[in-house]
Amino acid sequence: MNWSELLSAPLAFKMLAAAAVVFAIGAVALKNVFHCALSLAAMFFALSGVFVLLDADFLAVVQILVYVGAIVVLMIFAIVLTERITSASVRQTNYLVIPGVLLCIALLAGLVSVIRASSWPSLESGPQQDTIKIIGRQLLSTHVEAFEVASVLLLAALVGAVFLGKEITRK
Amino acid sequence: MTPLSQYLALGAVVFVIGLFGVLTRRNAIGILISIEIMLGAVNLNLVAFSRFVETSTLNGQVFSVFVMTVAAGEAAVGLALILALYKSIKAVFADKFNILRW
Repeated sequence: MNWSELLSAPLAFKMLAAAAVVFAIGAVALKNVFHCALSLAAMFFALSGVFVLLDADFLAVVQILVYVGAIVVLMIFAIVLTERITSASVRQTNYLVIPGVLLCIALLAGLVSVIRASSWPSLESGPQQDTIKIIGRQLLSTHVEAFEVASVLLLAALVGAVFLGKEITRK
Repeated sequence: MTPLSQYLALGAVVFVIGLFGVLTRRNAIGILISIEIMLGAVNLNLVAFSRFVETSTLNGQVFSVFVMTVAAGEAAVGLALILALYKSIKAVFADKFNILRW
């Protein structure tokens, strides 16, 4: 990868990538946690746009349904149940900001240098079709054990969440 | 068509932003939000590889479905834990969660 390639990328990818990065920064850096959750929802919309560019239409829809429709709403519920009015003025970061920034910049530099140094396969086939059909077949044939384990995991998470959220009565 | 390296670079940037949030936020719900950002970046990498490397079986997209499943369960249990902790110690800040210490 070099920077002239970045300039020649399609406009849709550039806009979606810029939106995803901006909203991700907003989700980790805004002071009000409620705004962070809304920024997270916007970031997932941008990421599902990138999924559409990658011909993963089913995953784009599932991402919006699961993340924006379920997880962000759950987080907003948790925020309004726990936040006090004054907590917007409470300090939101710990003492690790400067070491954290340095560590993250180092990790990003390492990742980008590896990505630039490697030779990646280029796209040779045409647009991908029938993703839902292939994903359904794969889920129920090759990955059927993982599918069943995932259903048990979801059941365990459901029971655990109900148990933890229940009012605990002390004797 | 955008080359694969740019999708990977976008995934790396978003992952690092999420990691920064996990390292520096005090609010436990903010930490969960940052973890979701990191999982989203992982999903982006899986989908990009499934588009460019092995297009016939779509294994990357199937893995991505499993990642979303685990992320949903993790968010539900994590938020229930935070609510239970809030009921007992009236705070959502991770540096206040030291009741297991003696």
